[in-house]
Amino acid sequence: MTVTTIDGHQIHVDAEGFLTDNQEWDDKLATALAAAIGIELTEAHWKAIRFLREDYARQGETATIRRVSTVGGIPIKELFVLFPQKPAKKMAYVAGLPKPHGCV
Amino acid sequence: MKRLLVLGAGTAGTMIVNKLRRRLGTGEWQITVVDRDDTHYYQPGFLFLPFGAYTPEQVTKSRHTLLPDGVDFVAGDIDRVDAPGNSVTLLDGRTLSYDYLVIASGASPRPEQTPGMLGPQWRRSIFDFYTFDGARALAEALQHFDGGRFVVHITDMPIKCPVAPLEFTFLADAFFHERGMRDRVEMVYVTPLPGAFTQPIASDHLGSMLDERKVAVEADFMVERIDPDTKTLVSYDEREVSFDLLVTVPLNMGADFVARSGLGNELNYVPVDKHTLQSGQYPNIFAVGDASDIPASKAGSVAHFSVEVFVDNFVQRVHGQPMTGSFDGHTNCFIESGHGKGLLIDFNYDTEPLPGKYPLPRVGPFSLLEETRTNHLGKLAFRWMYWNVLLPGRPTPLPAHMSMAGKHTQTEESP
Repeated sequence: MTVTTIDGHQIHVDAEGFLTDNQEWDDKLATALAAAIGIELTEAHWKAIRFLREDYARQGETATIRRVSTVGGIPIKELFVLFPQKPAKKMAYVAGLPKPHGCV
Repeated sequence: MKRLLVLGAGTAGTMIVNKLRRRLGTGEWQITVVDRDDTHYYQPGFLFLPFGAYTPEQVTKSRHTLLPDGVDFVAGDIDRVDAPGNSVTLLDGRTLSYDYLVIASGASPRPEQTPGMLGPQWRRSIFDFYTFDGARALAEALQHFDGGRFVVHITDMPIKCPVAPLEFTFLADAFFHERGMRDRVEMVYVTPLPGAFTQPIASDHLGSMLDERKVAVEADFMVERIDPDTKTLVSYDEREVSFDLLVTVPLNMGADFVARSGLGNELNYVPVDKHTLQSGQYPNIFAVGDASDIPASKAGSVAHFSVEVFVDNFVQRVHGQPMTGSFDGHTNCFIESGHGKGLLIDFNYDTEPLPGKYPLPRVGPFSLLEETRTNHLGKLAFRWMYWNVLLPGRPTPLPAHMSMAGKHTQTEESP
């Protein structure tokens, strides 16, 4: 775990740059994290990010793409447009949550 | 007379009724368990069936022979749970009422959820190995497969035994080698996750295992449909993976009666507290094993360790005491790696798989995150343990909670 500074925010991150303490997250940081991976956040992006944050607070686990689609109401195709190539990983990164993982 | 009703006589349900029958007086408690049929499968054995390593007889027993005296076994399909009314209706119209309900109805593969999967190629060039019939059909197909593009595919997480697709890939590689045809097979591993290995320390130790076996990885692949005419997996972002033989893990979901009863999430898993397995909505309902939504692997070891905690908690609760046990998400899985070797991983909600020895520090005999012959023998011996120790609810020397003893942490490795 290392400490890094993004756009004036001092944050704790893992080797891939994912936040390790999701309490350090706020809206301004999300905008900066998104910019770091070349995404400018629109209202459609925010809808997905807010769902992920709220769902994580309830479930203790980052929602899968399917869950963002069926429960959050955003079609999977749209998620691939909003967060190209790797929506699950990119959404988690911007939302300050652990990336989706398997057991090994 | 109080009534405990358990839905599902699989791994979790069978262990629970065996343990609770000994803990709850027969004069005070009636225990009933419902399942749709009388066949209990040793599901970890399905991995070996396609390669002819196990016979069908080694992985099946009658459910009722695994239940103790004093437990009623009801064979029937469940229509729905009336949670406010504390009763369960079966499709044949019978009604069973309860004081406490345990939902242990597991998870199952749903090939119908992916367009094209159950089409004309199903069990011709598209197979699953998470069902008894699927594993046997695949065994037949592998006997006649003489090379081409061989694709192992996971539809979406969570799935039962999440290491099984990797194990299957390792065993298939070894199988093709042993038949002298590996150079005629192009192997591809397709996953919706960012990679085949996603946990940092496990990746450091195991990350090269697919490369070494010349298995290509197609990551972040969310399948939208299968085109049976061109024999192609098509993703939501329009990538295509073609196959000659596809071994897929269909979407896994909990039982349909869970959804009909209004008790499930979007995949029919029952939301419960991850430490007590108790429903937040109905305090007299618990969900144990694969049927729950806890963020742990859907695996027999999770069922086993969580049942240990659940049973003690349940006895406390019915005696009017607070439940003091807290399940930590402990998971312990052997991973077959082919050619008579295997790996072992041991982790929980908060600790990722680490290297070391298990269960005894320095002694083992099992090695964590390392390929050894002993781990493979452990996996084989486990079948006997399952039928004779775990399902009957006999004590095991393995603590329910994960232990850090014997595990190497990074700080110890790099002083």
